[in-house]
Amino acid sequence: MGIYLPIAEISVNVFVLLAMGAAVGFLSGMFGVGGGFLITPLLIFYNIPPAIAVATGANQVIASSVSGVLSHMKRGTLDFKLGGVLLAGGIVGSTGGIYVFAFLRRLGQLDLFISLLYVVLLGTVGGLMLVESVNALRATRGGAAPVLKRSGQHNWIHRLPLKMRFRASKLFVSVIPVLGLGAGIGFLSSIMGVGGGFIMVPALIYLLKVPTNVVIGTSLFQIIFTSAYTTLVHATTNQTVDVVLAFLLMAGGVAGAQYGAKAGQRLRGEQLRALLALLVLAVAIRLAIDLFVTPPNLYSLSGAGLN
Amino acid sequence: MGCPKALSTLIMLCLLAAAVPSRAQVPLTEGIQIGLSTDNVSITAGFSGADLTIFGSLENPDPLVARQGRYDVIVVLEGPPRPVVVRRKDRVLGVWINLDSEAFENVPMSYSVATTRPLQDITDPNSYRQLSLGASNLYMQPADAGDSPATIEEFTAALRERKAATGLYSENVGGVQFLSQNLFRATVRLAPNVPVGTHKARAFLFKSGLFIKESSAQLEIRKSGFEQSIFRVAHNYSFLYGIFAISLAMLTGWLGRLVFRKD
Repeated sequence: MGIYLPIAEISVNVFVLLAMGAAVGFLSGMFGVGGGFLITPLLIFYNIPPAIAVATGANQVIASSVSGVLSHMKRGTLDFKLGGVLLAGGIVGSTGGIYVFAFLRRLGQLDLFISLLYVVLLGTVGGLMLVESVNALRATRGGAAPVLKRSGQHNWIHRLPLKMRFRASKLFVSVIPVLGLGAGIGFLSSIMGVGGGFIMVPALIYLLKVPTNVVIGTSLFQIIFTSAYTTLVHATTNQTVDVVLAFLLMAGGVAGAQYGAKAGQRLRGEQLRALLALLVLAVAIRLAIDLFVTPPNLYSLSGAGLN
Repeated sequence: MGCPKALSTLIMLCLLAAAVPSRAQVPLTEGIQIGLSTDNVSITAGFSGADLTIFGSLENPDPLVARQGRYDVIVVLEGPPRPVVVRRKDRVLGVWINLDSEAFENVPMSYSVATTRPLQDITDPNSYRQLSLGASNLYMQPADAGDSPATIEEFTAALRERKAATGLYSENVGGVQFLSQNLFRATVRLAPNVPVGTHKARAFLFKSGLFIKESSAQLEIRKSGFEQSIFRVAHNYSFLYGIFAISLAMLTGWLGRLVFRKD
């Protein structure tokens, strides 16, 4: 069944989009990530113009994050104060990102920049996760007790000034890295159409030493607002948010997410992380191939001024 | 009874008498008219391209020329003009990057041609150029005329090729058929991604390879109710549209959890 997307201005298949949303939703529920980093490249592979894929991806991320945050709120695994500070940084980063986005679009380098960012970030995060999870799998198979992180361990981040106490996270840390992290994620959110969970989660755990149980809920909480802000700014400055497209993805996504979360409970942590790492790497490699392989069409058209 | 009949015969004779000398003095020139059954086409949710039929007629065709099939008609449906940037990818450090570009002004977004016969059989290339008729003869106006002619030519060719590849520039040979001596029907292709806006339909009449006359009509292509409303709101009330998109996402997320909750 075909449907005409009013903003993307092309006809697409409804079931392909619903299935795409459901598949990504399933994975995001399973791994506890928003899924924006999968949706946006998939939409680009499906010939949706990258500018629209990014803005609509940000819109779709809100739905899956709201769905996830509700269950974390129920369990009390959410640090509102930490989320709030991250959000303050996120708004600043996102605003900057929108300007860079519009500038690159005028230059004609937006598609390249989006692809490069995806390849570099997904490649790095996927690679690190794979190494870490394979090591963990080997360690448990070898029978060695997993190395426990000492809670007293501090790095340079903990020596910065302007400290603030985050009770729910049992954390006393400078606001500078928290704001910086939020700003970085906000920037990526507006350029890549991602919530940024796949960077936020490891950064909170490894850099700020936030307890793992509050990380996902807090990350999702701040992603809702950063994505909402990104969506709003894309809608007003670029008019690239396609609600019909976003709705189809969300509808598939929220359904898939709940089943994915259930499936995720049956897998062990290291296995989950290894699988997610492979998935992330696969997307990065697919995008990298497109950058290096001679494209079928060397020439491309774009409307000046108009989308 | 015989009287009225005689009168009508007389009138007819008079009319003929009036018509015959005028034809002898000034030969009637052929004309062409086209009519659209509708002046607007709506693109609905399921739109995947369509054929648009345009009817037209020849005025005062010479029966002898018509019988010999020496009248040719070319019908063009031209989309709204917009500025376009053509970019070329080149390899830099192994990565394909958009390097050179050329901007053009007033490029027709779409250009569908229907003809009675292959273009090269109707008239000579020079006439097409003078009429700026046919996708390969459309003049593409570069935004910066200072660029080298070779570059402009290369990017113009690429622009035409890309437009043809996406179905926006199309040619339907045999798409114009004569239904009678002076009535014809033209079928032009609307691509799935046909641009919205005011399209111009033009019909060109050729007689034995000579251009005789041109006639045009306008056609509005727009998105139908729902799609059109969304598009309009997104552009005119973009802030409210953004708020709506966010609310829809939040509501969907919340409902999705209620409906599909598994924990």
